Amino acid sequence: MSAQLAQFLLSGLTVGAIYALVALGFCIIYNASHVINFAQGEFVMIGGMAAASFLGAGLPLPLAALAAVALAALIGMALVKFAVEPARGASVVTLIIITIGAAILLRGLASIVWDKRIHALPAFSGEQPIEIAGATLAPQSLWVIGVTALIVAALWWFFNRTLTGKAILAVSHNRLAAQLMGISVRRVLLVSFGLSAALGALAGILIAPITFTSWDVGVMLGLKGFAAAILGGMGSGPGAVLGGLTLGLLESLGAGYISSAYKDAIAFIIILVVLVLMPGGLLGGRATERV
Amino acid sequence: MKLHAWFAAALLAVSAAAQAQAPIRIGAFLSVTGPAAFLGDPEQKTLELYVERLNADGGVLGRKLELVSYDSGGDAEKARTFAKRLIEQDRVDLIVGGSTTGETMAVVPLVEAAGLPFISLAGAVVIVEPVKKWVFKTPHTDRMACDKIFVDMKARGVSKAALISGSGGFDKSMRAQCQGVAKNHGIDVVADETYGASDTDMTTQLTKIRNTPGVQAVLNAGFGQGPAIVTKNYRQLGITVPLYQSHGVASKQYINLAGDAAEGVRLPAAALLVAESLPDSDPQKKVVVSYKQAYETHFKQDVSTFGGHAYDGLMLAVAAMKKAGSTDKAKVRDALEQIRGYMGTAGVVNMSAQDHMGLDLTAFRMLEVRKGDWVLAR
Amino acid sequence: MLALIAGVALLPLALANNYHYEIAILVGLNAIVCVGLNLLIGYAGQISLGHAGFFGIGAYGSAILTARYGWPPLAALVAASAAAAALAFAVGRPILRLRGHYLAMATLGLGIIISIVVATEDRYTGGPDGMSVPPLALAGFTLAGERAWYWLVGALLVATVWLSLNLIESPVGRALRALHGSEVAAEVSGIDSARHKLLAFALSAAIAALAGALTAHYAGFITPGKVTFLHSIELVVMVVFGGMASTFGAVVGAAVLTALPQLLTVFKEYEMVVFGSVMMLTMIFMPRGLVPTIAALAARRRKAP
Repeated sequence: MSAQLAQFLLSGLTVGAIYALVALGFCIIYNASHVINFAQGEFVMIGGMAAASFLGAGLPLPLAALAAVALAALIGMALVKFAVEPARGASVVTLIIITIGAAILLRGLASIVWDKRIHALPAFSGEQPIEIAGATLAPQSLWVIGVTALIVAALWWFFNRTLTGKAILAVSHNRLAAQLMGISVRRVLLVSFGLSAALGALAGILIAPITFTSWDVGVMLGLKGFAAAILGGMGSGPGAVLGGLTLGLLESLGAGYISSAYKDAIAFIIILVVLVLMPGGLLGGRATERV
Repeated sequence: MKLHAWFAAALLAVSAAAQAQAPIRIGAFLSVTGPAAFLGDPEQKTLELYVERLNADGGVLGRKLELVSYDSGGDAEKARTFAKRLIEQDRVDLIVGGSTTGETMAVVPLVEAAGLPFISLAGAVVIVEPVKKWVFKTPHTDRMACDKIFVDMKARGVSKAALISGSGGFDKSMRAQCQGVAKNHGIDVVADETYGASDTDMTTQLTKIRNTPGVQAVLNAGFGQGPAIVTKNYRQLGITVPLYQSHGVASKQYINLAGDAAEGVRLPAAALLVAESLPDSDPQKKVVVSYKQAYETHFKQDVSTFGGHAYDGLMLAVAAMKKAGSTDKAKVRDALEQIRGYMGTAGVVNMSAQDHMGLDLTAFRMLEVRKGDWVLAR
Repeated sequence: MLALIAGVALLPLALANNYHYEIAILVGLNAIVCVGLNLLIGYAGQISLGHAGFFGIGAYGSAILTARYGWPPLAALVAASAAAAALAFAVGRPILRLRGHYLAMATLGLGIIISIVVATEDRYTGGPDGMSVPPLALAGFTLAGERAWYWLVGALLVATVWLSLNLIESPVGRALRALHGSEVAAEVSGIDSARHKLLAFALSAAIAALAGALTAHYAGFITPGKVTFLHSIELVVMVVFGGMASTFGAVVGAAVLTALPQLLTVFKEYEMVVFGSVMMLTMIFMPRGLVPTIAALAARRRKAP
């Protein structure tokens, strides 16, 4: 019985780490621009699909992964340059619609440049399952969980110890004041979209051996990542990770103990309850509206 | 009076000549994008390829074929709108399409009202049971897949099986059919789990199945990446009882995705997947090898049985038109209903007034994954 | 308003066949949802990413009551719309306290829960493959054919727009607009913001459900495809595309985004690329949406000597 619970928990953590990675991407862009980037899931797709196609072209896996991340970062920056910046001054809702348009465009491009088939990446370190407390875990899951932890640490360092990171935070807190201090908002936007796209792509590559990848995986992953980011408190890095892991565990335990058909519904009901009780998410600050 | 008759005859001749010039319009609506793109994409490619080939060979009834096809994205409402467009605007002579059951069923009332022959490429039994006057279909039904699997399970001494299925239309329909016919084969379904269409991990559901006492085999009804993840998780959890997949993953791609974990998995499928290894005496060999080679050399992709359904649909339509000697909708419909002994990629088709699919269980082969490829089981 | 009536009355001259009517009817049904949704998004300033859920309650509610329980369609339609409004009212009370993206998430979650129930309870709904719906009939007279439906939907669209315009000009409408500007300021000036938000939410839900029920009866078949969160987002995109806080903008947005995919079929596999590009470019160069931008341009031209 406890082995069963251990298995549910491990499954939940694996899935949760995936959601957390996607949620972090939402978080970075939100902090810099207050935009919910609905194309975030597409970066995950681009990471996986590009890596698979580079690998197919004969590149070794690490190089293919690197190239895929670079490609996604470039696309992220292009999104700022050609879509977000020209629409400067538009309302946040308009910017969100622009990202929805971008998501459709990217999906369409992916289906043409690559194909509409499902692709797999090889597991980074074999498929021999690891046994923990009577439950099993695929080695790739450790990669996902480990890299997520590493990224959280790196992001913390970036935002608290580097000038660019601090500039992004400053813009997030007060755009005008940051501008007056000589921070280039344009550069901050460029960096944060590039970073978030790279992060999404990395997530896409890490999970491709477990979940496979295709031109339309971005839709659901983007949705779950958004839910995780909100659950944790939009804009909070630790919140995104907590939200992702919570969502993953909720789904797994819901499927295990209540009903696998209703596991997503169970997760969303709990998110609703949490939001009603804590309107700023698990770790979100209590925001006040300026009058 | 005589003059009138001459005039009428001349008019008829002119209009017949004009008709001979006009192409035969084949309409199609397919899920080329969306969650069922893995069905619609090869279907679309197959229709394009073979319309081109038929035209290169001089067309049908001395007329060229013209394919008018729309992407329904797997959305039943879009499918209905496109079907209306095919009927009202494009005035097609026949429709081959409907990748999914939902799309097909949404269109059925339209073709019935318009009196237009419609060959569906979707799986569920409801499409042809009860028989609808203008509606035919080419793939095997999900009930046949269940029958085939349970027969094989029984032969291996299984009496208690677990079911795991996705939340999509194909999955749910097959799940219901399997639950319905299990008793006929003396098999108890002791566990029934579900996963979402784009879930990334099914170990939780499989753990529950593993911990259900008495499970002797597991059947996974689903398509896309889900069954491949199920297969991987299945091995990860070290479950050793036989795993059966459905005809929904009948392509080489499934093996490529699931890798070593797919070894020993069985599924019912058309002979297309094992085309080359069929004995030369097999009457189906010629047609499946020819289709497989044509598709694979042209698109550089592994063939799937789904494209085969579109091939069968188009060829049945062509056969019916030739038999009817015209594209008159009622005559083509009657000719379709009378087709006997047509050898397609799915098997021998024997249509009748009571059966608008015309396939039987012999058309299904039980395949097994051995050394990374499909082979005939046993 | 007169322009809309004239448009609805004269459009059939341009409709050559039943397929054209079909598109016009779908535009009308979407426009009805969008006009209702615009009351919530454009005027009350509250986002909803779950309106496909209410649309679904209307569609499936009316479908199940007529097909499985033999209700007369009109009663089923009214009951389903009332049920959607009641649900919106009940859930809206706690949810509408949330702001911005949190509200978006809550409504998104609500819509997804409804869509999961619809897809899972196949005994009632037919599951993912959908279910047949009886035609709309009243006292033995069955509404059939695209032309009859066109006039019904057209009349309902005019009525919805009329209702919306009147509401906006009423004290309630002014209160709603005040909410959009600043909720705190509105409350300070004595507006019961919670009650007004709830009213807009429930009304827009009921309108969406009505359109959903009509869609189901018109099509004769309904699948969960129209209840997914993607459809919710599609509806919001229509409202913003046409122009937030503009009733006619909602109509135009629905018309353009419903008809566009039909025109884009000529692009074949490039359809999505073109559609995405059109969406992005429009929002980049007309950030306030089609109708307000064009209206502003026209006004500027008039002012210029």
